[in-house]
Amino acid sequence: MTNPPAVRCERLTKRYGNVIAVDGLSLVVHRGECFGLLGPNGAGKTTTIEILEGLLRPDAGDVEVLGLEWRADGDALRQRLGVQLQETRLAEKLTVEETLRLFRAFYHRGRPVDELLRLVELESKRTSWVGKLSGGQRQRLAVACALAGAPDLLFLDEPTTGLDPRSRRQLWSVLEGFRAAGGTIVLTTHDMDEAELLCDRVAVVDHGRVIAEGRPADLIETLGAPRVVTRQGTLEDVFMALTGRHLRDD
Amino acid sequence: MTEPLLQLTLARLREFVREPEALFWAFVFPIIMSVALAVAFPAPGVRPVPVGLAAGPDAAAVGAALRAAGDIALRELAPAEEVRALREGEVHVIVVPTEPPTYRFDASRDESRTARLVADQALKRAAGRPEPWTASEEPVVVPGSRYVDWLIPGIIGLNVMSTGMWGIGFSVVQARLRKILKWLVASPMRKGDYLLAQALGRVVFLGPEVAVPLAFGALVLGMPINGSIGAIAVVSLVGGLSFTGLGLLAASRPRTLEAISGILNLVMLPMWVLSGVFFSTANFPGALQPVIQALPLTALNDALRAVILEGAGIAAVGAELILLAAWGVVPFLLALRFFRWT
Repeated sequence: MTNPPAVRCERLTKRYGNVIAVDGLSLVVHRGECFGLLGPNGAGKTTTIEILEGLLRPDAGDVEVLGLEWRADGDALRQRLGVQLQETRLAEKLTVEETLRLFRAFYHRGRPVDELLRLVELESKRTSWVGKLSGGQRQRLAVACALAGAPDLLFLDEPTTGLDPRSRRQLWSVLEGFRAAGGTIVLTTHDMDEAELLCDRVAVVDHGRVIAEGRPADLIETLGAPRVVTRQGTLEDVFMALTGRHLRDD
Repeated sequence: MTEPLLQLTLARLREFVREPEALFWAFVFPIIMSVALAVAFPAPGVRPVPVGLAAGPDAAAVGAALRAAGDIALRELAPAEEVRALREGEVHVIVVPTEPPTYRFDASRDESRTARLVADQALKRAAGRPEPWTASEEPVVVPGSRYVDWLIPGIIGLNVMSTGMWGIGFSVVQARLRKILKWLVASPMRKGDYLLAQALGRVVFLGPEVAVPLAFGALVLGMPINGSIGAIAVVSLVGGLSFTGLGLLAASRPRTLEAISGILNLVMLPMWVLSGVFFSTANFPGALQPVIQALPLTALNDALRAVILEGAGIAAVGAELILLAAWGVVPFLLALRFFRWT
C-alpha cells in the first residue's frame, strides 16, 4: 500500500438539534502539505476539525486519518497526532516546563522538553506559571504541547486568533519549521493573511459545506480577481465572490 | 507507577499546594474546628451548674443558700431576661423565691433536670433537712468517655469526606470548564490514569489531614488513642479513597461550578446529619437505621471510633472497610464510564 493521504473524509454530517453544523463535507489532505479550513465563525470549521481529531463522532460520513480509523485504531492514531484546541486555557498554576513534561509523558516517542522550549522560544519562561504568560506565549506553549509527541499530523484550531502581529509571526515560523521537516498541518482560520502565507491549499467552508477548494493563488486568480481593479486580489475577495458576504462581520 | 500517571499525579499535587484556599480547608479548618471544640468542651473538671434566680422578696436568702452549696453558678435575672436565659442555655433552671420555692425548667432537657436536683438539694439542706446517710463516692474518669473524645474521630471522618469531595469535584469541573479535559483526551492520555491520579493525589494529603486533628485531639484535648497508628492509617486510607470515588462520580457530568456545588451539598448534607458526626446515630428511629448504616461516612466514623477509642484492630472493622471499599470502587467505575470529557 502506498502512503495513504493524511486526512480523507467523505460526506461528513453533524447536527446539533435542528442545526446542521457540518453538511456533507468531503476533504482530502495530502502528506506534507499545510491545509487550511477557511470560513466565518459558525461555518462548521471547528466541528469539522474536532471530528477529524476524534473528539466528536459524525452523525454520518467516513473519516480516515493517516490511513487509520478512529473506531478501530484510536489509541495508535493519537500517538501520531498533535492537537491544539480553540480557546483552551491551560492549568494556570503549573509552570511552562511542568505542562510540557506532562504532555510529553503521554507519548511513546517525542522531543525532549528542552528542545520544545527552544523551538517555541519559551526557554526564559520555563519556570513561570502558565497563568502569568501573555496570550502569545500561551498559544506557543499550546503548540509546543501539540508537538511534544513529534506528530506526523498537526491539527490547529484558530492558532493565531487574538494574537498581536509579532506573536503571530513567531508562531508561523514554528509551523513553517514543522512543515519543512515533513509534517502535515490542518488548521482552521478566518485570517486571510495566515491562509495565504501558510497554506498550500485551502477549503472555503460555509454553512457546513466546502464551497471552494484549491491553492490560494489559484482561487484568487479564478474567483477574486474579477472584482479587483486596482490591487491584487485576496482570499477575502474569493469569499465575497462566493457568498456575497465578508468573512468577518466587522 | 507509569510516567503519565506520575506526571498527572504531580500536576494534581502542584495545583493543590499552589491553591491557598484548598490548603486552608484541608489543614487549617480542622484545627480551627478542634480549637473551637476545645473551648466549648474544656478538659476534665467539675463545672458548676448554672442556675438562675428570679426577683422576689426572699431572693437574698434563697440566693445565699444556693451560693453556699458551692457547685452552683448563680445568676440573678430580671423578669424580662428569664425566657432568653433559659433558651440560650445560660441557666438550666430558674429558682423563683416563693415559699416553698418554684422551679422553672424544661423537663425534657437532661441538664435542666440535673440543675433542678442540684438546686433543690441545696435549698432543702439549707432549710435543715436531715441527711439519712452520706454515700461514699468514688470519682472515676474513664478515658475516652467524654463527648469531645467521641467527637474528634467524627470530625476527622467529616474532614476526610469534605476535603476529598470538594477538592476533587472542583478541580475536575474546573478542568472541564477550561477545556483542559477535552485537550487531555485529544492526547494519548489514558482516561483511567487521569481519574487514578486524582485518587493518588488524595492519598498524599490524607496523612497530614488526619494526623493534624488527631494529634491536636490527643495532645491538647487529652483524647486517648487506644488503637494502633497502622489501623488508623488503614481506615483513613480506605475512607479517603472511598470519597475519592464518590467525588469523581459527582464530578463526572457537571459543566459548571454551581452545578457541582449543588450536587456535593446534596450528597454530603445528609451525611453531616445522619452519619454520627456530632451526635450518635442511635438518636434516629429504627426505620432509618438501614439507610444510616449503609452510608459511607457512618462506616468511616464507626471504624475510626472503634480503632481510636476502643483500640479495635483491622479485623474488627472489616465490615466497615468492605462497605467503604464498595462505596469507592463502584462510583469510580461508574465515573470512568459516564465521565464527560468534552
